[in-house]
Amino acid sequence: MLTILFDGIAYGMLLFVLSVGLCVTLGLMNFINLAHGAFAMAGGYLTVVMMNWYGISFYWCLPAAFIVSAVLGVVLERTLYSRLYDKTHLDQVLFSIGLIFIATAAVDYVMGASQQIINLPAELNGRFEFLGASIGVYRLFVIIICGLLTVLLQYVIGRTRFGSRLRASVDDRRVARGLGIDVTGIFALTFAVGSGLAGLGGALGASILSMDPTFPLKYMIYFLIVISVGGTTTITGPFFASILLGIADVAGKYFVPSIGGFIIYSIMVLVLIFKPEGLFTRSTRR
Amino acid sequence: MSAVTSENLRPIGTPSEQLVAAARWRWFEFLFWGIAILCGLSMFAPMLGFNVPIIPSKMMLMSEILILGLLALSIDLCLGYAGLVTLGQGAFFGIGAYTAGLLAKHGAGVAPLSDPILGLLAAGLVAGFVGFATSFLVLRGSDLTRLMVTLGVALIVEELVNKLKDITGGSDGLQGVMSSPILGIWEFDLFGKTAFWYTLIVVFICFWFCRRLVNSSYGYSLRAIKGNALRARAIGVPVNARLIQVYTLAAAIAGIAGGLLAQTTQFASPDMVAFHRSADSLLMVIFGGAGYLYGGLIGSVVFRIMQDFLSNITPQYWLFWVGVVLVLLVLFVRNGIIGLLSAAVSRSKGAGK
Amino acid sequence: MMKRRLLLAGVAAGAFAVPFAGMLTSAVAQEVVKIGLIATLTGPQASSGRQKVAGARLFMAQNGDTIAGKKIELIIKDDTGVADQTRRIAQELIVNDKVAFLAGFSLTPLALAVAPVITQAKVPAIIMTAGTSVITERSPYFVRASFTLPQQTIPITEWAAKNGIKTAVSLVSDYGPGIDAQDAFKMGLEARGGKVVEQIKAPLANPEFAAFLQRAKDLKPDALFLFVPAPTAGSLMRQVVDRGISQAGIKVIGTGDITDDDQLNGMGDAVIGLTTSHFYSAAHDSPMNKKFVADFKAANNNLRPNFIGVSGYDGMHLMYEALKKTNGNTDGTALVEAMKGMKLESPRGTFSIDPATRDIVQDVYIRKVERKDGELYNIEFDVVKDVKDPTHK
Repeated sequence: MLTILFDGIAYGMLLFVLSVGLCVTLGLMNFINLAHGAFAMAGGYLTVVMMNWYGISFYWCLPAAFIVSAVLGVVLERTLYSRLYDKTHLDQVLFSIGLIFIATAAVDYVMGASQQIINLPAELNGRFEFLGASIGVYRLFVIIICGLLTVLLQYVIGRTRFGSRLRASVDDRRVARGLGIDVTGIFALTFAVGSGLAGLGGALGASILSMDPTFPLKYMIYFLIVISVGGTTTITGPFFASILLGIADVAGKYFVPSIGGFIIYSIMVLVLIFKPEGLFTRSTRR
Repeated sequence: MSAVTSENLRPIGTPSEQLVAAARWRWFEFLFWGIAILCGLSMFAPMLGFNVPIIPSKMMLMSEILILGLLALSIDLCLGYAGLVTLGQGAFFGIGAYTAGLLAKHGAGVAPLSDPILGLLAAGLVAGFVGFATSFLVLRGSDLTRLMVTLGVALIVEELVNKLKDITGGSDGLQGVMSSPILGIWEFDLFGKTAFWYTLIVVFICFWFCRRLVNSSYGYSLRAIKGNALRARAIGVPVNARLIQVYTLAAAIAGIAGGLLAQTTQFASPDMVAFHRSADSLLMVIFGGAGYLYGGLIGSVVFRIMQDFLSNITPQYWLFWVGVVLVLLVLFVRNGIIGLLSAAVSRSKGAGK
Repeated sequence: MMKRRLLLAGVAAGAFAVPFAGMLTSAVAQEVVKIGLIATLTGPQASSGRQKVAGARLFMAQNGDTIAGKKIELIIKDDTGVADQTRRIAQELIVNDKVAFLAGFSLTPLALAVAPVITQAKVPAIIMTAGTSVITERSPYFVRASFTLPQQTIPITEWAAKNGIKTAVSLVSDYGPGIDAQDAFKMGLEARGGKVVEQIKAPLANPEFAAFLQRAKDLKPDALFLFVPAPTAGSLMRQVVDRGISQAGIKVIGTGDITDDDQLNGMGDAVIGLTTSHFYSAAHDSPMNKKFVADFKAANNNLRPNFIGVSGYDGMHLMYEALKKTNGNTDGTALVEAMKGMKLESPRGTFSIDPATRDIVQDVYIRKVERKDGELYNIEFDVVKDVKDPTHK
């Protein structure tokens, strides 16, 4: 029982790190970036290449995945995405789907269509018993890293000068610019961090989720579920939504495997019927 | 996506004259359907002894394009006219496909039951009914909420199709669908000739109906909702009722499209309900340009031909080039293919002055 | 104003006219036999399509492209793994390209979708992957060059019963072949005195197996039987290891799909000792297979051939032999007749086509994952000869 709870939390945490970047771009910048999963895929494949081709330690892959995805994010943001902030959501959807197609085919071309597998360092494999629950060491590792990131994110957005500038830019871009805030720079940096987090999530998830060229499309639905259930006005909303969905998904599959597939979708539909703006939404400001 | 160009182009006159003028059939529309008919007629050329190199070799592809166009049309009705974003149209498409498929399978031989036209009506009715039942879910919330609720419904329907193995055949698909001759006269053939004519006629009738609808005062009330739901309500448009009606109608049309696919391909599979079906068709509407009725049709024509063309050249990496086209289209054009055309025309007009 | 309309119409016209452009070139040259290979080259099943195409191409490279004085032309199409696409492509290949054979079909629904078409057109279709038994019964023009799930599953139940496995849980993907595998496993094991405690079905598109595996683990059976389509085997095995199934004293067994040669080497030492039953291993010890593996790797960027690759290869072989036998006659019924009872040498060993069912009859090996020459391989240590699909009447 506790094992299930633990697995659910780990899965949820992973979902959160993967999707929090999308939450930032959508909620704060009002930009629908469906290609978010492509950044996660970049991080995942980078890990695969570094570990399997060059034998670099897994621990170095994590920061590398963050940095490379973030740089990739900033480059794309400056060259492509920034031209689309003023376009309609439909255009943004079409554009980011186009990017997914390109990323999928490109990865396929370079890495092949097979699933990529990495082998974690020995100390992260294995399990131990704790309070009657069987704990996977790697999942614990995932929970700790994702937990730290969440606290850090919450702190940066809520408590720092950068966070308040970001929130100001989001609330009213023109006024913020008038106050001397470098809105363009802030957006670029935010986009980079969001992409970087996705990359990190991809690296962390490379051994749990499967890394293949269809990754961005396969997980897009999950990202969107997290965001729509959690709402996009806070970071804590998607966080709790991810945990909830993670636990519900794992527990559902464990206890009633025959309808396991329904559970996550049903929860989403139910939540959205009763709370159309998401479960954890501050009263809307705009 | 406001500022629909066709409205700006309207000749000046009294409001009622304008409405009548807007509803008039334009010659380019005749051309569009005329070409579709010509495509169909080309199959008779060899029989008449003409040495026309046009052989009906892509009949199946053209039927499929028309069917997808019809599905896209149903989305355009929601999205382009009522401003209702939906990512779940595949659910109704699939329901229609299974309804028509099951009817053809179990009704085989029983004369009136097995007729394809009856099958289509049933497909439309059942899909419309499910659409009505789920329409209450899309009344509230933002675009994202609607997107996800409709997607959620579609995913649940997909799971159901997979689980109800005894009825639907599960993931193997519905086997043994035997389409009877239409009205007992026209048999479906391997070349897809009958299928093409049948599809073309059904799609045209649905299109004609939608065209009448959006050019009526009813259609204008939908556009008012899209423009601003609060104001529409203030001037007396029953917003919720309208949304329910248009969503139900769109579901029924999607169901008919699904029924067409099941009848012309003689099977139904969970692919027809799958997420990618909904996503692709939404993509085609945006690709073609939302809010023109022709957007979905032209979108699916261009998109599918592009896909067919590219995947014949590079069966493994065609997706890359499709992606490039999408990105370039968004970067340089507004409102999809139709937007591209208007932009090109404005430029040529500017040059002519 | 009018110009805009004009342009709009022009494009609409052009768009509709494009399909015709291709038809101008469809004059069929003499003495060419076309084979339409419908593979899934994009999407989640893409890796299986690659293997198949590579296998088919390799056979042509090794054996030339002329049979009975006719030139063989291979037309490769991507069906994206969607059944109505497979069907449309099949129809186009038959009607436009006048192919003598269809081949491919990554998934069961894709094969089933073309059944009415090939029956109507009398064109033989060689199944190179799809593994549900029932497919060959759906059209008299299907011939299978791959395998069926029951055929692969029964031998492992024999092995399990011999090795003291009394209780088992099965975990399969929820689609045709998965159901076939779990049913065959239950039938086989219970006929030999064992008991299947629970049959778990995971959704086909399933990113997370953790919960299902935990459930299987908590049921504490002697063995856990696994089947998923080969392209998802990697992540499943990763999680089997992560969950410590073997450490809990549960023997992990399955069909060869879960230790797919394509991915096996990446799975790590944790899968060493895993026992599976299957018809092909890249480590199969025969001169023909050694050459096959070496040539395959050389032509495909060092990709290791798997059971789909060998099925693509053997599928081509079947078609070549059939054409040889009919002396170039491309009548569909004659070709199917020619293939019935055919016995061929293959990298997997010898296989034959059952004249009654047009299904494949072949040896099924029991293998264990071992490290050999620094890489992980399925090493065959036992064999069940000439296995027929047990569910065909």
